[in-house]
Amino acid sequence: MMTSMQRVMTAMAHQEPDRVPLFLLTTMHGAKELGLSIRDYFSRAEFVAEGQMRLLEKYRSDCLYPFYYASLENEAFGGETIFIDDGPPNSGGPVIGRSEDIDRLAPPRVADLACLQRGLETIRILKERVGDSVPIMGSVISPFSLPILQMGFDRYIELIYEQPERFARLMAVNQSFCADWANAQLAAGATAIGYADPMSSTTNIPRALYLKTGHRVAMETLRLIKGPAAIHLASGRGLGIAEDIVATGTPAVGVSTLEDLTEWKSAVGDRLTLLGNLNGVTMRHWTGAEAEHEVKQAIAKAGRGGGFILADNHGEIPWQVPDEVLLAIREAVDLWGRYPLDWVE
Amino acid sequence: MDALTRDLREALESLDRPRIEALFQRAMLRYSPMEVAEGVIVPALEQLGAAWEAGTVALSQIYMSSRICEEMIERVLPPMAPERKGQPRQAIVVLSDYHMLGKRIVLAVMRASGFDILDYGRMNVGELVERVQSDNVKILLVSVLMLPAALKVKALRAALDAKGIEIRIAVGGAPFLFDPELWREVGADVMGRTAADAVAIVRRWMEEMA
Repeated sequence: MMTSMQRVMTAMAHQEPDRVPLFLLTTMHGAKELGLSIRDYFSRAEFVAEGQMRLLEKYRSDCLYPFYYASLENEAFGGETIFIDDGPPNSGGPVIGRSEDIDRLAPPRVADLACLQRGLETIRILKERVGDSVPIMGSVISPFSLPILQMGFDRYIELIYEQPERFARLMAVNQSFCADWANAQLAAGATAIGYADPMSSTTNIPRALYLKTGHRVAMETLRLIKGPAAIHLASGRGLGIAEDIVATGTPAVGVSTLEDLTEWKSAVGDRLTLLGNLNGVTMRHWTGAEAEHEVKQAIAKAGRGGGFILADNHGEIPWQVPDEVLLAIREAVDLWGRYPLDWVE
Repeated sequence: MDALTRDLREALESLDRPRIEALFQRAMLRYSPMEVAEGVIVPALEQLGAAWEAGTVALSQIYMSSRICEEMIERVLPPMAPERKGQPRQAIVVLSDYHMLGKRIVLAVMRASGFDILDYGRMNVGELVERVQSDNVKILLVSVLMLPAALKVKALRAALDAKGIEIRIAVGGAPFLFDPELWREVGADVMGRTAADAVAIVRRWMEEMA
């Protein structure tokens, strides 16, 4: 039997491993395992590391996912995080109150920030525990998507359309920070980086604008990151920019549940590994039979020949998804994910 | 009006401001402000909403279009204009979470369509129930982005019922798009898939309440 690392690397080389790799991207569920509130859980690196290890044992996922929450990077720029009891923390008010603030914005230094150092320490602990047997997925928010938190979605859209020079300056600042943060995670032991870039999705901006903005930013930023970085559109559609995503040089892409894995596989062939695309929102109330059906369908569409990792479509499984469903997904992968996939027509 | 609507929709999609303004002026020469809102702008925004759902138009285009239309209509039909009177009290709110774009778009589309609507910003359940009661709101539009916020609509409905407040609730936002049964689960009266849906829903409810 392969280790998780061997399984994932084989799949990403577009060959068939022993079975379809499963990334159960649970973040907050670790708090449940430790009997802590979400706020307390994310207050110490040791808690998150221990939570991830317990989840790994319980669900036998093929990666560790020491992602805290998106607002962490907004905290790095001086922003506030607002915790809730039953979901991911939110970002508080914008750190860029007026667009003029961008003129004075400087990239924060990763080494100076306790919030980021906690994340790095989590990765270091996990690396000590698993060595090279399990991939550790680091995460960054793309320079192009971070302004949604930094200044609010509406004002950011206006900035893109109406103030190209300030937009360019903001990208330069964010790009510098993003590359440093990603490289610090790689140095701490992360195997790869998830480059969360929902703003680039065709759900959010048209392709023509993406090519002038998010695509250029991704091309440049991915070159600065000293390791593999998988683009994730966080539930947004991406088929319309599939070729452009390939051109960034990313090895993998997160696929929305709004899109068909067969169409994606047909569009990108063996040039990208597909990650997805189980619906995390409906997952809350799946029966065992429904979980099996969804898993089977995804594997049938994208599993053959490797180049596929089963995961949710957003990059984070909601707090409300019960353990029974996650275990049912695990069992269904064991049952239907073994290569060769002779049962697939 | 159909040709004007088609041309406006194209101009909005490409965010061609001079052309949008010229089409608006042409419409205003022929029709009343309310007729322009209902007969030209609403259908154009409806078409854009349908295109967004189909994946051929992006949210940034929807946002910029709705904002431009709101500005144009507010020039000729200010918030307290007599033509806007006689509507049941209606309000829009972001429940619990901190993501305001969806509400901003719906608010712009509603105002561009000639509706007067109270903007409650962001509120939690308790605060919202009090405001709805004191303002005698009959139609409430709830926008959310995060799943936990969507689930809070259930507590909102329970709190309103406990006080005997009769109100219709329309919900919208990403969790409802990803789980089409979620609106029923949380006790809403309907869900909107696009901002333009809100206009159709409120119009229908207004006729039923008349």
